[in-house]
Amino acid sequence: MTCDASRSVLHAYLDGELDAPGAAEFEQHLEGCTSCTRTLEAQESLRSTIQRSQLYEPLPLDLENKIRRQLRESSAPATRKKIYAWRWLAAAAAIILLVGVSWKVLPKFRANSDLSTSAAAAEIVDAHIRSLQPGHLTDVTSTDQHTVKPWFDGKVPFAPPVRDFAEEGFPLIGGRLDVLQGQTVAALVYGRRKHFISVFVFPEHGEESEKYSGAKNGYQWISWRQGELRLCAVSDTNRDDLAALKDLISR
Amino acid sequence: MDDSGQGKRTDVLLVQDREQFDRLVLPHLRAAFNLARWLLRSREDAEDVTQEALLRAFRFFSGFRGSDARAWLLQIVRNTCYTWMEKNRSMDSSVEFDESLHLSPLPGPEAQAVAGSERERLTKALEQLSPRSREVLVLRELEGCSYKEIATITSMPIGTVMSTLARGRERLQQLLTRPGTKEAVHDV
Repeated sequence: MTCDASRSVLHAYLDGELDAPGAAEFEQHLEGCTSCTRTLEAQESLRSTIQRSQLYEPLPLDLENKIRRQLRESSAPATRKKIYAWRWLAAAAAIILLVGVSWKVLPKFRANSDLSTSAAAAEIVDAHIRSLQPGHLTDVTSTDQHTVKPWFDGKVPFAPPVRDFAEEGFPLIGGRLDVLQGQTVAALVYGRRKHFISVFVFPEHGEESEKYSGAKNGYQWISWRQGELRLCAVSDTNRDDLAALKDLISR
Repeated sequence: MDDSGQGKRTDVLLVQDREQFDRLVLPHLRAAFNLARWLLRSREDAEDVTQEALLRAFRFFSGFRGSDARAWLLQIVRNTCYTWMEKNRSMDSSVEFDESLHLSPLPGPEAQAVAGSERERLTKALEQLSPRSREVLVLRELEGCSYKEIATITSMPIGTVMSTLARGRERLQQLLTRPGTKEAVHDV
């Protein structure tokens, strides 16, 4: 074995990754090679320096809880526990709301709310799919915009544009609170033939021009700015329907 | 919902899946965060990317058939990190990253004595390695992965794992023992 050939082998030896004959062969080479012996010693000392230095990064305190919460939100409750699940959801929404009041998350959300990123888009589609689980579609069920609009008062720090478009073929079904990227957002639910459309509404500042659209797993979404609000309509209905609803809302 | 919609709902995970996920995957959260931190060289970025990776893992969980949940999760974390790096700082994720061009000298011995501990020097040195060398070293030295596990996580052949590890350790040694000298680098 030449020193060149032993270069990687030395590390495999150090890591205990050689089989018995391989290790024996390398040890034989070591006996006659001071250069490799020195390298091995240096590498052993480097390894103990690394072990001593405790480089393993400690987990941020609240990260696990944050992730557990997000996982809970993206998994559906069992159907027969529908009522309890609904109450649990309401409780969770209340807690999230309390957190949301301080708006600590808002600056971060603004930076991340770029819907052109696939992660943000996927989250919006997922939130819509989640809402289709039994008992999740609406927190307030009413076709009356004068019931739905005041319901959001005090629950979100902005006024979502709530109007019924039953005559135009998009009946208002209700509203709910949802969570996107850690921020409480308003969601309006419209019907379209046999489909549901979620319209997410949340504040956004900065430049106003962006308009996005996309599709994921058969769900379409379009997103646009309306004053200081960003709206995002998601559904498995076709894109023309979404565009028509967008025109109605922004009219 | 119409019939086509019902079909789509089957990919929504149920509570039972989440319990499984909590039991099998969440115990490896520390490993996930550690790998992300070293790949991205930032705790804050690692926090965001770890969250994203865990949610992504959860979405793919129904496809997890293997027995090694740690390797499976770390694979997703790694891919999420590389996607993130491509989006945010294209330089770092380049496969062609040439350490000999990017090495900046560490502070000289006096400065080092003032600057502090062995741990800080080691951290700086590790952060100067290419992402490929860094991830292999972190998986081996901090995570205690076998070559086979590293090969699974990084989608590299075992031979490449071995040579990347050898090269990474040699560079690390150079950075630590010969601070400020660039000549030491070009012969490897």
